[in-house]
Amino acid sequence: MKIRIFPTIVFILFVIIFILFFKGLKNSNIYVPKANINKEIPSFKAKLFESSEEISSEEIFKEDKFYLMNIWSSWCVPCREEHNFLENLSTEKNLDLIGLNYKDDNESAKNFLKKLGNPYDIIFLDPKGIIAIDWGAYGVPETYLIKNNMIVKKIIGPLNKNLVLEIKEIIR
Amino acid sequence: MASLIGFYSLVFGACSSLMIIFFSLKNFKNSEKLSQKIIPLTFLQFFLVFISFLGLIFSFVYSDFSNETVFNHSHTTKPLFYKISGTWGNHEGSLLLWLLVLTSFIFLFVLRSHKQPIQYRLLTIIFQEVIIIGFFVFLIKTSSPFNYLYPIPEEGLGLNPILQDPALAIHPPILYLGYVGTSIIFSSALSATSVNYISKEWAKHIKMWVLTSWFFLTLGILLGSIWAYYELGWGGFWFWDPVENVSLMPWFALTTLIHCILVLEKRSQLTSWAIILSITTFTLSMSGTFLVRSGILNSVHTFASDPERGLFILIFLFSLIFLSLFIFFFFHKHDNNKKNSFFLFSKETSILINNWFMMYFLSVVLVGTIYPIFLDVIASEKISIGPPFYHKLIVPFLIPFLLVMAIGPKLKWIKSDLLDKLNLIIFFAISVLLSIFIIKNLDVEFLTNSILLSFIFYLFFVTVRDFFIGRLNNLSQNIAHFGFSLFLLSIIFNNMLSTEVITNLKVGDTFQSEKFKIYFENLDQKKEKNFKSLIGKFVIENSEGDTQIMKPELRIYNQPNIVTSEAYIKTNLFSDKFMTMNYVQNQEYLNIRYQIKPLMIWIWISVVIIALGGLISVIKNNEN
Repeated sequence: MKIRIFPTIVFILFVIIFILFFKGLKNSNIYVPKANINKEIPSFKAKLFESSEEISSEEIFKEDKFYLMNIWSSWCVPCREEHNFLENLSTEKNLDLIGLNYKDDNESAKNFLKKLGNPYDIIFLDPKGIIAIDWGAYGVPETYLIKNNMIVKKIIGPLNKNLVLEIKEIIR
Repeated sequence: MASLIGFYSLVFGACSSLMIIFFSLKNFKNSEKLSQKIIPLTFLQFFLVFISFLGLIFSFVYSDFSNETVFNHSHTTKPLFYKISGTWGNHEGSLLLWLLVLTSFIFLFVLRSHKQPIQYRLLTIIFQEVIIIGFFVFLIKTSSPFNYLYPIPEEGLGLNPILQDPALAIHPPILYLGYVGTSIIFSSALSATSVNYISKEWAKHIKMWVLTSWFFLTLGILLGSIWAYYELGWGGFWFWDPVENVSLMPWFALTTLIHCILVLEKRSQLTSWAIILSITTFTLSMSGTFLVRSGILNSVHTFASDPERGLFILIFLFSLIFLSLFIFFFFHKHDNNKKNSFFLFSKETSILINNWFMMYFLSVVLVGTIYPIFLDVIASEKISIGPPFYHKLIVPFLIPFLLVMAIGPKLKWIKSDLLDKLNLIIFFAISVLLSIFIIKNLDVEFLTNSILLSFIFYLFFVTVRDFFIGRLNNLSQNIAHFGFSLFLLSIIFNNMLSTEVITNLKVGDTFQSEKFKIYFENLDQKKEKNFKSLIGKFVIENSEGDTQIMKPELRIYNQPNIVTSEAYIKTNLFSDKFMTMNYVQNQEYLNIRYQIKPLMIWIWISVVIIALGGLISVIKNNEN
């Protein structure tokens, strides 16, 4: 059989384009503003979820270990999706999970945790969403991996399997 | 409730698409006449999507925040107009709009193609339904506009304020009519290739669709550009932003296709061109959707950067590309008996030459748009490609392009002598002298500017003359070409004569330059339903002592909390005066930007004239 050269070349060309686009898609997290990474975290004072006692963030992030700050809300659908991954991460010894409950109703937030479990070590309240703005959050959910008061990694959108593996790799 | 109805009619719509494919396939084997089930089914499919779309509009109008899309993109304090336009101002809703246009077009196609061969019609329907089903699956699976939220939030998050704008509210529907219109051309070209029906008759029949899509695409791009001019506040009308480029590329392909279809209709030539361009146009429209929706490019159009959605469109897009490549290479028969005889001086040769130029322009824009993405993947290097790249590569080639554009229409089909030589030469001489005279008196680079201007003037004069000598058998072509020359004239003068001042001023300050004086008189506050605004009052006095008052505005939107700068623009036939003010953090003064942009309005007018050329052609075709 005669192989037609021109169609073959065109075909291969498009396969290459496909692969490049496909890889580009995987890379799309790189659009996270770089300025936010390796920057000192903004400090804040906020009420706690359980006791409504006001605490400064500096007291929380001071130890020499990793912290995962997760901005969540009971009305946020993707938060529900990522909840299992947070539960999974909460078993890590070298990692404390800090929740920031964003623009939420206290009752429904409690129900949310009762139903799905509470992976967080501490939860701050951010009823007006002001702290989230200081952190440069785009929306919920958003997650920051923190060490020595520095943001090591910022994740926009829900966590997934790969991201969880990546986080585990970083903290080990 | 409305959301529920919307969702289910979407699901049933998908079922009706499957039925259409089933009946079309059955009909294809036994194709004496079109099965009676197909027309009602295509209507049903359109009707169901329409209901679904209405359902979403209702949810927006009544601020039903149990619907996730409404919650994310609307707010109770938003004016009704923007609640409605908010329906397509987001990823999910805009896809539903795509689908609505897709289904309405296939319905129209079935109705309007009754004179065409049955097999060709059926195959077109099948290809189109494949696209439609792809979008149904995409919508239902990854981006349903009808996700339910519980507990029901009391207030929505609001629509991005820079999208709250009349031009932008109608920009998506118009642009989509153009984009999606190309899907019919795509399906039809594939089907005509498969049944070997690429012919004069096919060209005659598909011309309508090509012209209509082109008309809407032109207007859609224009609206987007006008919006960017007064809303983004940079004082330009085209930024070579990737998102603008992805709408320009299908336009290049479609414009080329119009000319190919003409040759095909008159001379049965350029069949491969016509097929490839039909495929390219739609593929580029789809890639546009992919590039802006997947988050691979970052821009105001990136509603949701969700890689899963991007992956779906990518796979879908490439399935369509490979399908069309397969059909083109295996079904398209080169007619070797017919000699492709092109004489140098003939209309078809000039069209062919300019087709190649158009393809060159298209490639430049394509490379400029996707090269940064590829480079990022291959070398992890981030670059951004700006206007100089495009200007350097495009402008020199405009010169021969314009010449062919001026002379080509004067030639006859098949073989001709250049008639009217004397006049054409005289016109050319006048254009050159006029340009040299103008450029000499301006403080700009001489050589390239005067050459470019000469050729633009040349096209301008030649087309204007045609209006007067009454050779109007090709009115639409002449109007479009005239519009194009006017367009380039406005751009080149706008470029050469614009002035700009950027300065920081407090209330009471005065800025003095050689040509004018800017005095910042006061700063006013105003409260509207969905935003607060700060309005500056500036008095501008020019050297002749005429004064003018400019009132640029800063808007602080409440939901979401975003500050936008509204340009104050004074337009007249000769120039636009354009002023914006920007907030500078922790400073008393405001950053003021004042621009005088000559002939700005003519850029918009000329694009309308270009589009008008297309519209006249559509109407004339309908009469025949």
